Amino acid sequence: MDLSIRNIRKEFDRFAALDDVSLDIRSGELIALLGPSGSGKTTLLRLIAGLDHPTGGQIFFGGEDASLKTVQERNIGFVFQSYALFRHMNVLDNIGFGLSVRRGAKRIAKAEIEDRAKELLDLVQLSGLERRYPHQLSGGQRQRVALARAMAIEPSVLLLDEPFGALDAKVRRDLRSWLREIHDATGHTTVFVTHDQDEALELADRVVVMNEGRIEQIGTADEVYDTPNSPFVFGFIGESSSLPVRIEAGQLWFEDRPIGVPVGDAPEGKALLYFRPQEVRLLDGCGGCIAGTVAASRRVAGTRRLELEVGGHRERVEIEVPAGHPAAARSRIAFRPEKWRLFNARGEAAPSGKVAYAA
Amino acid sequence: MAVDQIVLGVQALPRPAVTERRATRIALTIIALLFLAVFLVLPLMIVFLQAFANGVGAYLGALQEPDSVAAIRLTLLVAVIAVPLNLIFGVAAAWAVAKFEFKGKAFLITLIDLPFSVSPVISGLVYVLLFGSQSLLGPWLTAHGIQILFAVPGIVLATIFVTFPFVARELIPLMEDQGAADEEAALSLGASGWQTFMRVTLPNIKWGLLYGVLLCNARAMGEFGAVSVVSGHIRGLTNTMPLQVEILYNEYNFAGAFAVASLLALLALVTLIVKTLLEFRYRDAISGSTGH
Repeated sequence: MDLSIRNIRKEFDRFAALDDVSLDIRSGELIALLGPSGSGKTTLLRLIAGLDHPTGGQIFFGGEDASLKTVQERNIGFVFQSYALFRHMNVLDNIGFGLSVRRGAKRIAKAEIEDRAKELLDLVQLSGLERRYPHQLSGGQRQRVALARAMAIEPSVLLLDEPFGALDAKVRRDLRSWLREIHDATGHTTVFVTHDQDEALELADRVVVMNEGRIEQIGTADEVYDTPNSPFVFGFIGESSSLPVRIEAGQLWFEDRPIGVPVGDAPEGKALLYFRPQEVRLLDGCGGCIAGTVAASRRVAGTRRLELEVGGHRERVEIEVPAGHPAAARSRIAFRPEKWRLFNARGEAAPSGKVAYAA
Repeated sequence: MAVDQIVLGVQALPRPAVTERRATRIALTIIALLFLAVFLVLPLMIVFLQAFANGVGAYLGALQEPDSVAAIRLTLLVAVIAVPLNLIFGVAAAWAVAKFEFKGKAFLITLIDLPFSVSPVISGLVYVLLFGSQSLLGPWLTAHGIQILFAVPGIVLATIFVTFPFVARELIPLMEDQGAADEEAALSLGASGWQTFMRVTLPNIKWGLLYGVLLCNARAMGEFGAVSVVSGHIRGLTNTMPLQVEILYNEYNFAGAFAVASLLALLALVTLIVKTLLEFRYRDAISGSTGH
C-alpha cells in the first residue's frame, strides 16, 4: 500500500521531535529511516503506526487519511527492538495472537489460526519451535517470531523499529539478508528504522536520512553515498574528512596554496571541501596538493588508514592506502582528493566533481 | 615433577574476591541464625505451645467460644471485602503510574505510600474524625440511619486504608520494568484495550499480583491499630481476631488468647508457604515474567 506523509510535525513538551516531514512511500518498497539517535526516526515510525499522534500534518494510507484512525484500524505490523513477545504464550500463540483477537464477522477458527501460524513459522525458518516460550529462544529467533507475528495479520505496511539493534554483529548480518529475502517473497511495503548505515544501504530500496527532526536526503544507497546533498549526509554516511577551503580563480585553495582541483566558474569565496578516505590519490611531487604529516596509522582489514595533520591549524584528515603501500612508512604525504564535494557556509551544495587524471 | 606441578598449581590459584576468613563467615552466619531464632522462631513457637498448654480439647473449646467464632467470621468478612477492592484499586493505580505520563504522578506515588508511613492508629482516627458523631458527616449519617463507626463499614474502611499499598507497591516496579511495548504490540495486532489487558497485561503481572494479594490479605486479617480505633470493641459484633486476642489476653484467658493468636500465626505461615511453593513450582514462568 502507498504511504504518504505530509508536513508531519510532532512536539513533545514544546520540543519539536519532527519538523515538517514529508515522505512518499511506494507500494512494496523497502525503506530505511536512517539517522543518529534523537533524529526523530523512531518517532516518525510510531506516528505511521498510530502508536503516537502528530501535532500537525497528515498521514495517508493508499489515498485514505489515516491520521484519525486508531492503531487497530490501521492494520499495520509493528516489530519492536525489544521484540515485545508475549512471554506467557508459546511461539505459535504469539504468532496467532493478531488473528485470535478478531471478533464478530472477522472471527477465525482456532484450527485455521494454528495452520496460518505454522505457515509463517515455516516462512521465518523456525519450524519445530512451535511450543517453545520466548525465554527459551535466542535473540535472533525471538526477532523472527516477532516478524512472523507482525506478518500474520496481513498488514498493509510492515514497520520495524531497530529490528536488529539488540543482536550481535554476525546474527545481524544473517538476518539482514534474510529480511530482504522475506520482503521480496511477500512484497509487504516495509519501513524500518536503523542507526546502522551498512544495514540501511545494503537492505533498503531507498534510504531516508534524518537529522534533528528533519529529512536531510531521500535516495537509493548509491544516491546518498555518491551524491550527498548536505554536509551532514556526507559526514554521516560512509567515512569522510572535511577541510575549510577557498575558491579563487577557478581553483581550490587550502590555506596558501592551490590543491590542484579545478572548480570551473564556481563563485569565489569560502567553502568546505568533503572527500572520502578511499577516494584520494597519493602524489609524489606536490604541484598542487594537500600535504600533511602522518599523525597516526591504523590497519583496517585489507587497507591502512593514515591520519594526517595538514595546514597551520593541524586539521586532521583521513586517507586510505593499500596495506603494503610504501607511503605508510613515510612521515610526510601529499595527496589530492579524486572525488569531492563542496558545501558553502550555509551547508548548501556547491559544485562537486572528479579530478581528471591523465592516464 | 608431578609434585612440582601441583605446588605450582596451588600457587597459581587466584585469591578469591571474598576476603573474609572462614571463621568470620561462620560467626556472621551463626549470629544471623541466632537472631532469627530468638526474635522470630521462638515467639512463634511459644504462641503454639501456649495455645495447646491445656491440651487439644481446651484449644478447640477456646476456638468454639461464640465471641471467638464471631471474631473469626468478622475477620474473614472484612478480608473478603477489603482484599478484592484493594486488588482493583491497586491494579488501577499501578496501571496509571506505570503506563502513563501525567501531572501529579510523583504526588500519586507518595499518596499510595501514605498508609505505610502513617501510624495505623492515626489511620483509624481519621475515620473517627470523618464519620464520628461530632464530625462533619456525623449528623447527616445519623439522620439517614447509616452506622459507619463501631460497625462493619468502619472496620472495612480502616482495613482498606491500611492495606492499600500492598498490591500497588508490588505492581508498580514490575509494570514500569516491563514497559508498554507488550501492550503496544497487542494493540498494533488489532486487540482492543480490554483484550490487551486481559490477555497481555494481566498474565504479565499475575505473579506480582498474587504476591501483593497474599501480603494484602495477611495484613487485612492481622491489622490491629486502625481497626481498634474504629471498632468500638463490641464483643461478638465488632471484634476482629487481633482485637479478640487482646481482650482475651487482658482477661488473663491465656489459652483462649493464644488459641486465636495461633490461627493468625498459622495464616502467616500458610501465606509464606504458599508464596514459596508458588515460587518453586512456577520458577520458569516467574523468571520469564520479570524479563527475558
